[in-house]
Amino acid sequence: MSEIKDEPKGLRVKPINNGTVIDHIAGGQALNVLKILGIAGTTDATVSVVMNVESRKLCKKDIVKIEDRELLEREVNRIALIAPAASINIIRDGKVIEKRTVDLPDEIVGVVRCQNPNCISNTLEPIKSRMLVKTKNPVLLRCLYCEQPLTDRIAEYLI
Amino acid sequence: MFMKRHVLTMREFSREEIDSVLDLAASLEPYARGRKSDMMAGKILGLLFFEPSTRTRMSFETAMNRLGGSVINLGPAEGSSISKGESLADTVRVIGGYADALVIRHPKEGSARLASQFSPVPVLNAGDGAGHHPTQTLLDLYTIKKESHLENLSIALVGDLKYGRTVHSLAYALSLFGADITLVSPASLRMPDPIKADLSSKGTRVRETCDLGEVINNVDVLYMTRIQRERFPDPVEYKKVASSYRITPEFLAGAREDLIVMHPLPRVDEIAPSVDETPHARYFQQSFYGVPVRMALLKMLIGKGA
Repeated sequence: MSEIKDEPKGLRVKPINNGTVIDHIAGGQALNVLKILGIAGTTDATVSVVMNVESRKLCKKDIVKIEDRELLEREVNRIALIAPAASINIIRDGKVIEKRTVDLPDEIVGVVRCQNPNCISNTLEPIKSRMLVKTKNPVLLRCLYCEQPLTDRIAEYLI
Repeated sequence: MFMKRHVLTMREFSREEIDSVLDLAASLEPYARGRKSDMMAGKILGLLFFEPSTRTRMSFETAMNRLGGSVINLGPAEGSSISKGESLADTVRVIGGYADALVIRHPKEGSARLASQFSPVPVLNAGDGAGHHPTQTLLDLYTIKKESHLENLSIALVGDLKYGRTVHSLAYALSLFGADITLVSPASLRMPDPIKADLSSKGTRVRETCDLGEVINNVDVLYMTRIQRERFPDPVEYKKVASSYRITPEFLAGAREDLIVMHPLPRVDEIAPSVDETPHARYFQQSFYGVPVRMALLKMLIGKGA
């Protein structure tokens, strides 16, 4: 099997042998994707980020490659919050062994904080934020606690 | 019929559940008026009021005491563990260990739901910031049922419809009864669009106007709310608006004979004291009905056989 179709071959980042490639991330959202995945600057993993490359599906897209780590379905589904068109490719020995799209779960826990400053979830209580996914396209979240909706600007509220 | 563990928002009530609360409240009214009862003997209600309250707190206390139960009170937050920085989660776990149910009022939205996640006993939301106040809505419905009628009701909700949490959940509950709702407010305090859209989607007829005089002669219930001074940066504008939503006996002259005037209280200027003497005034009955309605909820949640 081949590497990712839209990727300009041999130009920017070489194909990885083992790990996860997240493709078709909306242009400019790659760093937010890393944030959602909990991959901070101090990670040991080899991570490549390509931003704003030409894409047939999206005008501009970002690509993230994480070497030697196969992301689990529940980890990657949260990406749909900001990159609903993203596709996940699990690579072993240089081959794509699994390709899947992202699908938001019905509830997102501890990823997005409520935008209502007077919500109990924005205090020092021993709870995680809990967002119910009301619609997936466009993404509409509702805080389980104060019921305030959150639709655009979700990236601003990533924890 | 009533399978709830907590009372957090009106949205969690079906029409049938509302009916069963109101029916039980009616049967408990004699006890609210003083008939002796030991229905709640041995039961303890924990009151956690992090914000001031007169009617809600005292009517819960009255309901419990008249049914032979007792009440424990957190008291002012300054003298309690709250001032030492204890979380709400810990507070409800601790007090929930002393009491059979908790009533909570807290300035943060969502606080009652959080409390319900940590409390070992049922939680009743008595107001969470700008969020919900379901026991107020239930007593409003009881008042309308007793003093007017819930079927084919024509009601005007008047005043601050933007920030007033009571009118939001009352409008929602009335939509379950197919009421004809007229929203009367200054342009800056209109009911938020998502709430109106939600009402319309349930088949409720909703009209909107700024002019109270336009509707006064055509409704069964006039539900007044307080317009708060702090909502208006310009004091002159506040005076103008507030005076245009002031009810007097003269203003009610052309109203239906059986029109009732309700108000969650406290009132300031929106209802002239002379209206109290007219046959339309029902706001003091309304506040009394808080007792049988809260009795009904307590009985359903923690009474014998609950």
